[in-house]
Amino acid sequence: MPGIKDRVAIAGVGATRFTEHYEKDQEDLLLEAVEEATADAGIERADIEAMWVGVYYRFTGLSGTTAADATRLYGIPSTRVENYCASGMDAFRNACFAVAAGVYDIVLACGVEKITDQGSRGLPNVLRDSIPPFMPPASAPALFAMAASRCFAERGWTREDLARVAVKNHANGARHPKAHFRREITMETAIEAPMIAWPLGRFDSCAVSDGAAAVIVTRPEIAKTLAHKDDYTVVKANGLAVTSSQPMYDPGFDYLGFPATRMAAAQAYAEAGITDPARQISFAEVHDCFTITELLNYEDLGFCEPGEGAAFCADGRASADGQLPVNPSGGLKSFGHPIGATGCRMIGELTRQLQGRADGVQVRDPELGLAHNLGGPGAVCSVTIVGRN
Amino acid sequence: MTGVGITSWATAIPMWRLDRGLMGSAWDTPALPGERAVAGGDQDSLTLAVEAALAAAPDPSAIDAVFFATTTPPYAEKHGAATIAAVLDRHSVRTADFTGTIRAGTQATLAGMDAVRSGSARAALVVAADLRPAEPSSVTEQLFGDGAGAIVIGPDAPVEVVSQSSFAEESPGPWRRTGDPFVRSFDAKSETEYGYARAIEEAVTTALGSAGVAAADVAAFAAFAPDPRTYAVTAKRLGMSPMKDPLFASVGNLGAAHALVSLAHALDGAAPGDAIVFASAGEGADAIVLRAREGVTDARPARTTDEAIADKRALPSYERYLRFRELLPWEDPVVPGSPIRAWRDREQAFPLYGVRCTACGVVQFPANRACIACSVADKMERVRLQKRGTVFTFTLDHLVGGRYLETPVPRLVVELDGGGRIFLEGTDCDPGEVAVGMLVELTFRLMHEGANIRNYYWKARPARPGGAA
Repeated sequence: MPGIKDRVAIAGVGATRFTEHYEKDQEDLLLEAVEEATADAGIERADIEAMWVGVYYRFTGLSGTTAADATRLYGIPSTRVENYCASGMDAFRNACFAVAAGVYDIVLACGVEKITDQGSRGLPNVLRDSIPPFMPPASAPALFAMAASRCFAERGWTREDLARVAVKNHANGARHPKAHFRREITMETAIEAPMIAWPLGRFDSCAVSDGAAAVIVTRPEIAKTLAHKDDYTVVKANGLAVTSSQPMYDPGFDYLGFPATRMAAAQAYAEAGITDPARQISFAEVHDCFTITELLNYEDLGFCEPGEGAAFCADGRASADGQLPVNPSGGLKSFGHPIGATGCRMIGELTRQLQGRADGVQVRDPELGLAHNLGGPGAVCSVTIVGRN
Repeated sequence: MTGVGITSWATAIPMWRLDRGLMGSAWDTPALPGERAVAGGDQDSLTLAVEAALAAAPDPSAIDAVFFATTTPPYAEKHGAATIAAVLDRHSVRTADFTGTIRAGTQATLAGMDAVRSGSARAALVVAADLRPAEPSSVTEQLFGDGAGAIVIGPDAPVEVVSQSSFAEESPGPWRRTGDPFVRSFDAKSETEYGYARAIEEAVTTALGSAGVAAADVAAFAAFAPDPRTYAVTAKRLGMSPMKDPLFASVGNLGAAHALVSLAHALDGAAPGDAIVFASAGEGADAIVLRAREGVTDARPARTTDEAIADKRALPSYERYLRFRELLPWEDPVVPGSPIRAWRDREQAFPLYGVRCTACGVVQFPANRACIACSVADKMERVRLQKRGTVFTFTLDHLVGGRYLETPVPRLVVELDGGGRIFLEGTDCDPGEVAVGMLVELTFRLMHEGANIRNYYWKARPARPGGAA
């Protein structure tokens, strides 16, 4: 089984600013991200042979045309990918595997979400039909808040531990030109914010934003002929693990982390040959949909020991100048989370960091970057590792 | 009619009490004394009836008849007794709803007695519950209360039926035409001096006469009356002492449930030998004379009516009551529902069946073919889950249906006693008291009306002494 390590290259990346785009629609955003990515790769839109688009809302109805109508690339394969908050990164994974299979030379992975068009404050709830038998669904913050409550009771974590993640990520995002929120916050601001779902307050939660991101995927030998011929990046691994959409009914679920992350990371580390992630991974963009998620991600991704997540942030190891910078871009906390777009945005962050052009948020001499999405109630996880060629 | 009587009883009073002073000041009208019981927004006559039924019949295995009495059934067409039977996991039972009159509670009792006497039922469960609608600002709105009472009728009972009397009379009592939003009534005098007063006197006098019991020897007059004054005057006129708490000041006029709750209240304090008059009126009257025997004190429910009345929380405002009763415009989130799923999941939703994997032993909910722990398929056996448990983790959710609520909804992951983990909404509690490790009990509630059906399911509330088993 050859796998995909070093067999797939990233030729170009693009993303819109993530914010409330009242004046643009979903197609506008997606085209903007694709145009930036094709320009970055030095190709024409017409060079794209197949497309995968991650999108979560506007469920049922647009399917593959989500990308085809935005790009006006008709007559080629276009597939909509939906996998909770990992939708965008799973679109990227599908694109990578198509290239690794040798079926296409140049493909597009992209993602978009126009959440402000959904007519709902907060995320529209889509879990409602899957909850048995008559129990109306909990909000997205509620599903992760239950992990925080358990960590508070079991480990003595506090609102301060959560707030440190928000303060760190907003400090990073303040320096990123495409972030939704570009200002630092204080511990007091984070702690005194209104509650959303105890113990998660407003600054423990990522915002509802619009945005799109795109990645041009090709083979390394083709990347050598394109704009980034000297500094294209290569995919080292991509793991995807899916667990139950109803962990709240699982007697074995301990709420002290997410098995989906552990299993996706194990797949990715095995493929990339990583045995000591805390030392081998240079930096990571992880899914900080909520502050508690990031603390648990550190543990589940093997950046620290189980139970050590809060300390990993508090002692600065995850900071921009720390041992393993986590979310140097500012993360979902600063960007918001247009669901389908986030995964491809993270791949773009890894690429730009590895190419040394992450203006404002550049980490020092990265070799390997890791991107992580965790979706649903912690049920779907995608982990991608990207390195320099 | 030897040996037929009441083997067990219980009441269900909703947790909320509304100070009538708040009701008076809301409308600048005089306030009646005391407070009234108010059902939560997730309660109706059927959920209160289920709560009383579960308490009165902790072991329902001998119950062959379930009779539900109410003037406020949740459905105009679709009867409630079958839902109560479903929750009790009783399938081969006779069910009937008695409705349309305050007298429904005693009518259902008489039918239950007949069923047991005739041998068609080993035991009959009679549950009465009411949440009567009253016009905002009216005195009846202050007077009415919400609650339920349940009795089990069987042979060789510690409370024996001695005599009974019934008659019907067309009368100008309270009424509600089909489609009327609130109970209407004529001049109060028409009830207190004519309709109610004369009817109850005739039925009680006749029943006492055939029982050979003197009014002065009656230990408790457990009867419906439209208001506290009429109750006291009627008791006096009949020569009986009124009960110490005839419910009006503590919970209110409970409609069709009033007589059963009064009876349960009286039985809680009954001593062997006591004679009790159980009566109700409405387009006529029913009176039943009962005699407590040895064992009456042992038959007392785990939670007495006094305890149910005392276990309360003050509703902070009159407006909250208006919201509960949907008397204020309020946009509820649209929740999808499915009659097919409701039907398919009925054994999970009502008697709360889960499954146990015979391969690995893990009890789980909802039911599935393949085990959540060991993945083995088709090795499941049905198990009824217990209705008590411990909070494993929780959140207090402010985002409900796209709306930000100042008072959050508790959402609890509960580990049930005896196995099974379940995700439930918290109710009847101050969100601030919810904690990991808190003991909870399950309570049957209205969840939503998706697909235009009343979707009932379980919520969790802080465990109470003598609560659900």
